[in-house]
Amino acid sequence: MSTLEINNLHVSIGDKEIVKGLSLTIRSGEVHAVMGPNGTGKSTLSKAIAGHPDYTITSGDVLLDGVSILAQQADERARAGIFLAFQYPSEIPGVSIANFLRAAQQARMAEGEELDASAYYKRLYSKMDLLKIDRKFTSRAVNDGFSGGEKKRCEILQMAMLEPKFALMDETDSGLDIDALRIVADGINTMRGPNLGVLLITHYQRLLDYIVPDHVHVMYDGRIVKSGDKSLALELEAKGYDWIKKELQAATA
Amino acid sequence: MKPPTDTDTLTAPAELAPVENPAVGIDQTAGNFSYKMDYAFDAGTGLSEDTIRYISSVKKEAPWILEFRLAALKKFFSMPLPTHWATKDLEAIDFQKIRYYLSQGQKPKRTWDEVPDDIKKTFERLGIPEQERKFLAGVEAQFDSEAAYSNIKDIVAKQGVIFVNSTEGLREHPEIFKKFFGKVIPTGDNKFSALNSAVFSGGSFIYVPKGVKVAQPLQAYFRINAENFGQFERTLIIADEGSEVVYMEGCTAPKFSTSTLHSAVVELVALKGAKIQYITVQNWANNVFNLVTKRGIAHEDAEIKWIDCNIGSRLTMKYPGVVLKGERARGEVISIALANDGQHQDTGAKMIHAANNTTSNIVAKSISVGQGRSTYRGVVHIPKHLKGCKNNTECDALLINTNSRTDTYPAITVRGDQNSTQHEASVSKVSADMIFYMQQRGLTEGQAMSLAVNGFINDLARQFPMEYSVELKRLIDLEMEGSVG
Repeated sequence: MSTLEINNLHVSIGDKEIVKGLSLTIRSGEVHAVMGPNGTGKSTLSKAIAGHPDYTITSGDVLLDGVSILAQQADERARAGIFLAFQYPSEIPGVSIANFLRAAQQARMAEGEELDASAYYKRLYSKMDLLKIDRKFTSRAVNDGFSGGEKKRCEILQMAMLEPKFALMDETDSGLDIDALRIVADGINTMRGPNLGVLLITHYQRLLDYIVPDHVHVMYDGRIVKSGDKSLALELEAKGYDWIKKELQAATA
Repeated sequence: MKPPTDTDTLTAPAELAPVENPAVGIDQTAGNFSYKMDYAFDAGTGLSEDTIRYISSVKKEAPWILEFRLAALKKFFSMPLPTHWATKDLEAIDFQKIRYYLSQGQKPKRTWDEVPDDIKKTFERLGIPEQERKFLAGVEAQFDSEAAYSNIKDIVAKQGVIFVNSTEGLREHPEIFKKFFGKVIPTGDNKFSALNSAVFSGGSFIYVPKGVKVAQPLQAYFRINAENFGQFERTLIIADEGSEVVYMEGCTAPKFSTSTLHSAVVELVALKGAKIQYITVQNWANNVFNLVTKRGIAHEDAEIKWIDCNIGSRLTMKYPGVVLKGERARGEVISIALANDGQHQDTGAKMIHAANNTTSNIVAKSISVGQGRSTYRGVVHIPKHLKGCKNNTECDALLINTNSRTDTYPAITVRGDQNSTQHEASVSKVSADMIFYMQQRGLTEGQAMSLAVNGFINDLARQFPMEYSVELKRLIDLEMEGSVG
């Protein structure tokens, strides 16, 4: 049982403050959806937690099982169990998915310890079977020339292999047609369970038809302004984000 | 010059430094060791007719070779440095402060304990076997390379293959080697080929008889180990009609050369239907000027392929070439260059089409790290009267840091209307986002960098023999490790 605790987090890019005091606690086994209009800081939140060097945390804290991770480099956070599924995954020409994941696994081992290659491939293939991914897929270079759907599937496979404690899914549904969306959602649902906490960042409600969240939060102007259960997502879908804006304006007026 | 009986003892690195330090501003003491030198076969420093006569007499050469050397020396003195197109850094070479000949009697003596820890660690990280490490660090002048070489030599001798050093080749087999020696690369081809022609020693002379396909690659590694690395080695490979041979030189271990100038000449002759593949992997210490001329002549239906990998050195200038002399001849250059901080890799290829239906292919990849600079320089020449000639040139550069530099000078001349060429060049950068992506999967910044670089050269590295590509990967890991803050 793990906990990812975000405490009054403030994040800036350059001089511009994007996340303005956000608090949220996720426990293993929970799926939290964060929704909100474009430009409210959803992606910034996920990248800041993952440790992207362009994002400065000006105050607040992020704790993994009670320990602050803010002093850690991105790779240390990753090895500690934070996984970010990217909205726009990078292409790594010449490096096959199989070799990339192998390097990622090797990086998690102690110095001098060698990854058992045959056990690794056995595990890789079993995960691929689980996610219904073709064997040929992993001999392709990471994201190189991939379609939007293939890139997202590649992210899901990496997540399955690395078995993080917490997965931050940044607009995982963007750019996907309905078939690809279903495949990706199936993948996440397959991995869902008592050992995984998920922060699902999405603009649209449609992803939540496939991945039913335990909690829904609405983010606006760098903060969580409303939280609820899955019915909140449906309400948003029906009323649009303007409803939230009006509510906020009424509250501050 | 010292008399052959004189024996000198140098004990401190500081005493060695001025002798072999033509380059200003580089810490020459790093990587230097104190060891005893036997000057019994040493031409001393500086370059003059006397130096040449001395080298020739020690080698007991025929008069025509001495004449060849002396003519080359004149040529060398008369030619200017090619700074009108190449870097002015060449001016830092002080030719009078270089030691032009160390014989095989010269065996460095030092103990393993004297070898600096970081060097030991590098060997370890490169996975070089214990015995070899000692050799490479100069603790042992040779390990079992003598045996390995004579083993290979014996095996190929059964097929009639001659695999000897340049001195022996010219002395024992002039009827074979004289015909092509200095013909592929004339003495006056450039200032450094003239220098090599004057002072050459070491290198391999190989003759493969008609129709013989040499099963295992011939490794200069063994042969050169057996007699010390040459600075001015001269290699000539003749593959007679229908024969095939693969030659490999160098290794990925850094060479702790006591010299700052390496200037080799390599000539290849592939007669009708013959195939030669020449593979080089070199990793020079970063004070070395590595100025090498490599060229082959491919006759009818023959094929010459250069696989060239350059890492390290202060300045490398090397443009392997193929003269496609006979119809349907094929030439190929596969090149990888990595320029780290303070290094300049000026490399490329030359393809001279001189017969119909000849084809050439150039794939060059360079990586610039930190303040490193890489330059691609190429010549492709297809004259008007030919038909059916094809060339493909691809140069890809990868920049690691924002202050890295790359330049491309592809000179492709295709005349006439029955030939074709294709040229592609790209420059890419390892982006911060790519590194973050990989770090997010748990790789350290250094691991991410080397994975990106290894990916960049992956399609070329696969063409290397297995052990070389494994070494290459390790070497890149080490190079990239030092490149991140």
